[in-house]
Amino acid sequence: MDQNVALYLYCLRLGDNSLILGHRLSEWCGHGPFLEEDIAMTNISLDLVGQSRMLLQYAAELSGNGTTENTLAYLRDERDFLNALLSEQPNGDFAVTNTKNYLFSVYNYHLYAELSNSKDEKLKAIAEKSIKEVAYHVRHCGKWMLRLGKGTEESHKRLQEAVNDIWMFTEDLFESDESTASLIEQGIAANPETVRHNWLSDVTDQLKEATIEIPTNTWMMKGSLQGKHSEHLGYLLAEMQTIPRTFPNSEW
Amino acid sequence: MTKAQISKTQKIFDLLSEVKDPEIPVINVIEMGIVKDVTLTDSKVSVTITPTYSGCPAMNMIATDIKLKLQDNGYTEVKIIEVLSPAWTTDLMTEEAKAKLKAYGIAPPNRTSSDKSNPVGIPKECPNCASSNTKLKSHFGSTPCKALYVCEDCLEPFDYFKCH
Repeated sequence: MDQNVALYLYCLRLGDNSLILGHRLSEWCGHGPFLEEDIAMTNISLDLVGQSRMLLQYAAELSGNGTTENTLAYLRDERDFLNALLSEQPNGDFAVTNTKNYLFSVYNYHLYAELSNSKDEKLKAIAEKSIKEVAYHVRHCGKWMLRLGKGTEESHKRLQEAVNDIWMFTEDLFESDESTASLIEQGIAANPETVRHNWLSDVTDQLKEATIEIPTNTWMMKGSLQGKHSEHLGYLLAEMQTIPRTFPNSEW
Repeated sequence: MTKAQISKTQKIFDLLSEVKDPEIPVINVIEMGIVKDVTLTDSKVSVTITPTYSGCPAMNMIATDIKLKLQDNGYTEVKIIEVLSPAWTTDLMTEEAKAKLKAYGIAPPNRTSSDKSNPVGIPKECPNCASSNTKLKSHFGSTPCKALYVCEDCLEPFDYFKCH
């Protein structure tokens, strides 16, 4: 595969991850359990959408066909999105949202740590910028994992249920294909096995401290790298894309 | 660069120091470390800026403000170039800028080396009563760059500008 195409797809995958996770999180705006957490979730959402803009701008540049970050975000259909299944899952209760954000933030942290050494200058710059923001997300969501896990009987129960429900989507984060493999070989993309190892080590420690058990014998759902998504993505896109699709080419 | 060129570029820097951060209107874009470079060829000006936080909504406004400021002062062709590397850091903030923040009621960034799990540091003191008896209220504040604290002595809540 042409290296430009491989890099385009890689940036699209990372950009879609942040866009979809960020959009999901923005659904909490005005509905947070209390004001400070409402602000926290929307601030994290803002960082994610900002990171996604950098990645989608780069993808658009690599495509070389006049595509822009906006057409990538608003005019692609479900099957063209490459975001990981975890990012598109519904918010559920606060325990589900926080678990999803925590697992994703730790993944992003180790991903960007690897990409900070990427041989691609632009990807390296994006990673070095994003990791500072992501480190703070890990800290915030990680503390909530401890608070909920070691809080009341109810909060512990809900957090354990959230982890049980969501765990099946985690393996999909570390998927790789032929085009990613060629980028890894050239030192451009992060090796998913390294990211997985570091991710699992952090998550295992934190969940243990939170007195939460990691489910075993869970069937792992995968397929996002081939554009195969859960039913939830379609509904999310319908809402996110409605304005640009209803009023094509409008500017504001 | 010749002396004449230096003084011309300096004039642009002077103009840019009149452009304030829209969300913290006591410090300007130079003090914030947003402006990385200015080049002047004939009457064309290029201003290189670096974003603070990836999603900070103030960045678009800052770019527009810079453009308008220069255009109002006779520079018709103004180009804004955005660079990501090296990533923006609060370490570039001058002591003068930190003092201005404090006077405005925002505790300036204060890096602590002892706690590795805390990359953003903690406020040195309450900007209202100078007490060091402060408590974190929320990791996130009114803008992406701030956290919310409360002073346990004067009981006033205040923003802390996080180290970044």
